[in-house]
Amino acid sequence: MLKIALLIAFGLLSMALLMNLYRLLKGPSTLDRIVALDTMYINSIGVIILLGIYLRSDLFFEAALLIAMMGFVGTVALSKFLLRGNVIE
Amino acid sequence: MTPLFIVLLPLIGVLLPLLFDRFGRLPCTLSAAFPTLMALGMLFSMGPAVMAGEVFVISWPWVESLGLNLAFRVDGLGFLFALLILGIGALVIMYAHYYLTNDDPIGRFFAYLMLFMGAMLGVVLSENVLLLAFFWEMTSLSSFLLIAYWSHVPAARQGARMALTITGLGGLGLFAGLVMLGNMVGSYDLSVILASGELIRAHELYVPMLLLVLLGAFTKSAQFPFHFWLPNAMTAPTPVSAYLHSATMVKAGVFLLARMHPALAGSSEWFFIVTGVGLLTLVFAAYVALFKHDLKGLLAYSTISHLGLITVLFGFGTKAAAIVGVFHIMNHAAFKASLFMTAGIVDHECGTRDIRVLGGLKKYMPITFVLALLGSAAMAGIPLFNGFLSKEMFFYEAWKLPLMGDYPWLVPAIATLGGLLSMAYSVRLVYDVFFGEVGETPKKPHDPPFGMMFPVGVLVAICVAVGLFPEPIIGPLLTAASAAVLFGDPGAIDLSLWHGFNAAVVMSLIAIFGGTLFFTQRARLYVLADKIWPDLTGKKVFEQLVEAVATAMRTITSTLENGSLQRYIALLLGFSVLAAGLPLVRFGIEPGPMAMTEIDFVSVVMWLILVVCSLATAILHQRRLVAVIVIGVVGLVISLAFVQLSGPDLALTQLSVEIVTILLLLLALFVLPKSTPHEGGFTLRQARDIVLAAVAGLGTALMAWLVMTRPLESISRFHLENANYPVGGGNNVVNVTLVDFRGFDTMGEISVLLVAGLGIFAMLQGLDFKYVEGTISRARDRYPVMLTSFSRPLLALIILISIYVFFRGHNMPGGGFIAGLITSVALILQYLASGIDWASERMRINFKLLAAAGVMLAVLSGMVSWLAGLPFMTMAVQFSLPVIGEFNVVSTLFFDLGVYLTVIGSMMVILSNLGHLGQIEEEYDENERLTEADPWKP
Repeated sequence: MLKIALLIAFGLLSMALLMNLYRLLKGPSTLDRIVALDTMYINSIGVIILLGIYLRSDLFFEAALLIAMMGFVGTVALSKFLLRGNVIE
Repeated sequence: MTPLFIVLLPLIGVLLPLLFDRFGRLPCTLSAAFPTLMALGMLFSMGPAVMAGEVFVISWPWVESLGLNLAFRVDGLGFLFALLILGIGALVIMYAHYYLTNDDPIGRFFAYLMLFMGAMLGVVLSENVLLLAFFWEMTSLSSFLLIAYWSHVPAARQGARMALTITGLGGLGLFAGLVMLGNMVGSYDLSVILASGELIRAHELYVPMLLLVLLGAFTKSAQFPFHFWLPNAMTAPTPVSAYLHSATMVKAGVFLLARMHPALAGSSEWFFIVTGVGLLTLVFAAYVALFKHDLKGLLAYSTISHLGLITVLFGFGTKAAAIVGVFHIMNHAAFKASLFMTAGIVDHECGTRDIRVLGGLKKYMPITFVLALLGSAAMAGIPLFNGFLSKEMFFYEAWKLPLMGDYPWLVPAIATLGGLLSMAYSVRLVYDVFFGEVGETPKKPHDPPFGMMFPVGVLVAICVAVGLFPEPIIGPLLTAASAAVLFGDPGAIDLSLWHGFNAAVVMSLIAIFGGTLFFTQRARLYVLADKIWPDLTGKKVFEQLVEAVATAMRTITSTLENGSLQRYIALLLGFSVLAAGLPLVRFGIEPGPMAMTEIDFVSVVMWLILVVCSLATAILHQRRLVAVIVIGVVGLVISLAFVQLSGPDLALTQLSVEIVTILLLLLALFVLPKSTPHEGGFTLRQARDIVLAAVAGLGTALMAWLVMTRPLESISRFHLENANYPVGGGNNVVNVTLVDFRGFDTMGEISVLLVAGLGIFAMLQGLDFKYVEGTISRARDRYPVMLTSFSRPLLALIILISIYVFFRGHNMPGGGFIAGLITSVALILQYLASGIDWASERMRINFKLLAAAGVMLAVLSGMVSWLAGLPFMTMAVQFSLPVIGEFNVVSTLFFDLGVYLTVIGSMMVILSNLGHLGQIEEEYDENERLTEADPWKP
């Protein structure tokens, strides 16, 4: 049962990532692309957690945690650049 | 221990003159004389034993794996040379005290002189030939510094450069030769080398090795065609000329011939090369000396000629000739140093040393005249002076030489010609300077102060005394030195003044009278020489050669390095493709026997995203911000791949690095153009790059595939098995590898990181961008409230996580490097959200110091193992202390802490300074900057 649910979840997340990729490449605005990147971070967290459940391992949890944190900072920096033309001021 | 101190004293003495310089000239001179005299005293204390034939050899291991030991050897030859170096050194120090003016920085002079003295002592007292080569280089360098002492004079700089180039070239040759020699014998110790003469001469590499060693000897001893650096080195202050360029350093070459005599001499190659070069130098330099109008120039060529004479003697390869060679080394050092000092006195008191201007000085400088007369008589080889003895013996050996076959008269004839010319220029030196009409000199000549004449007097007295009573004065020393050169008993040496009427006496008579006759005809000779003497000097040839080499190198450099990054990468990639491709072609591209992993849907999607985004980065690279975003995806997918392929440490590192890279790129993008200009059309270069990139990328994939389908035994198995206690003391093999197995690498890497941080800091100093073109501000709010209020609590949270990652690092994924990156991202977030002013007010840490402290901590934690007597960086150490008893320390935690601090410090220095770059100081114009207020516009 869990296996089927995992497979479906993997499939859905992969589809989501492909759609993110489309938005990333298509744009049209830079903001679209930033949002696409941020969403990709979030979907990756999903993939990693699913992988952890699938392999019954908690080794991957830190990677997910780090993507959550680091992804946030990256997105903030990109948005700040877009808004103000500079990151640190 | 004594030999070590003899070498070390002058080297320690380098510091004294620099320290005592401030107390005045006399203390400075005394501070240089003190270590010299002390070393001389120590040398004398060894004297009786050395004279008795004892050889002192002491050795400490230094770099044993290379065969380099701190080994010294005092035998007769080393003793003789050390005596010359220290004795004449002491006299030169006294002379220099009076010679140098108040304007000359005397402390620097004596420091250089002591450096030379120590280096030269090292050369003559080394037991290990690698150590000898090391000191040999040091003499070249200190000679360079001394020649260029008056660095404001262009000729001094040129002369110094030339001397360094020539002797440095020879030094390299010598080094290569000695390494070959050591490999032949299997040891770099002289004791072994000297005892294996037959093995060396029979070796197939004997000739190349001999040529290299001789290159070193001939360049140092200014033998033709490398002689020209010596006359050009006469721009040095006269004490230097007297000391280095007549008595000691130029003798290093003939010393080498003497030192290596038991090992290298005796073959026909040795005889023809060494004797040939020596004879040529002997006659050629003596001839040139006759035409030199510069007093020091004349003496320089005379020195070259006499060095040629000594070279010839060692070239003969016979026992008796080698003994005469050693004898002439002593004699020449005495009379030539005295003559150089006399020339310095004349120059000092008359203001010129041009022989054409000088004349009739006998009246004004009577004492100097007597000293010069006696010195010149010794140089010319007049009976009852020391020069006569060795020259007479030289003639005798030349006459007796059995090796010349059908031309037995050739060597004696050349030798006599050399003696004749030597006589001629000696007469000229005395006559043209001290007799004849009084010249118009810049200064009114008079005898110099006593202190300047005293050293000359001592040396001249030696010349006369040895000339009159050779046996009692010099006999024992000569016997001991000859024993060392011959590596055996020299037998009885006949030093009597009169051997009966033989060929040598005839040759001497021809030389003396012929030379005088030659001198009387000099006016005609000058006219003749001006006509036929080609306008070709060694200096000119040398400079043209240097110029040609420099031009060629510049051409090569500018062809390779034209400033185009594309070209650099193309060259690098092209070369890699070739280097990797050739073996692939040779060994074929068959996959190995290992089965391929099953492929799954998610992976396919991920790899697809990776490939598409990589391509998109290349295609979209002209819009730089977009490229940064797309390349962010590439980094993300790579981290996910690390997760899937069981590399959690790598995944964490990659993620952290990814974000820091984005920050860095954005900070740089602020001051850079926001887009790359189009190059217009599809160029040939683009085609080349596409092909190259495709070949390199696919080739790498192919190689990875080939490797991974094969079973591979690598060192990682060892790492996996030994990561745990007791060797590594941790469960996470990646971290244990970083901080323990490859701890040295990590230490180097964090040092590089520190240097990079400081370098970036230094380069950004003074850079100022008031307004950067292309910067668009879409929003008025510098520090959005949402962001500020959210990022502050986040700081605590992220740092908590980084501490957690840090501490669990040794057993689970994590460690100092990742934790450091996480912490610095958390700190940078505060700069980003709340601004530089706010953040730097609250972070009063000197990040440069923090990074340096990190490196220090890492190094110190590596040293802990020394306390237990284990090698550097043995991380798991067992101690047993009194009272406390045994306990274990795993210092990896501190090492990792050092890594952590270095990463934070360096990252913060780099990022915050790049951030400072973007500071716009001027008042904010609210209307003008908000033209494009809609962030959703493409």
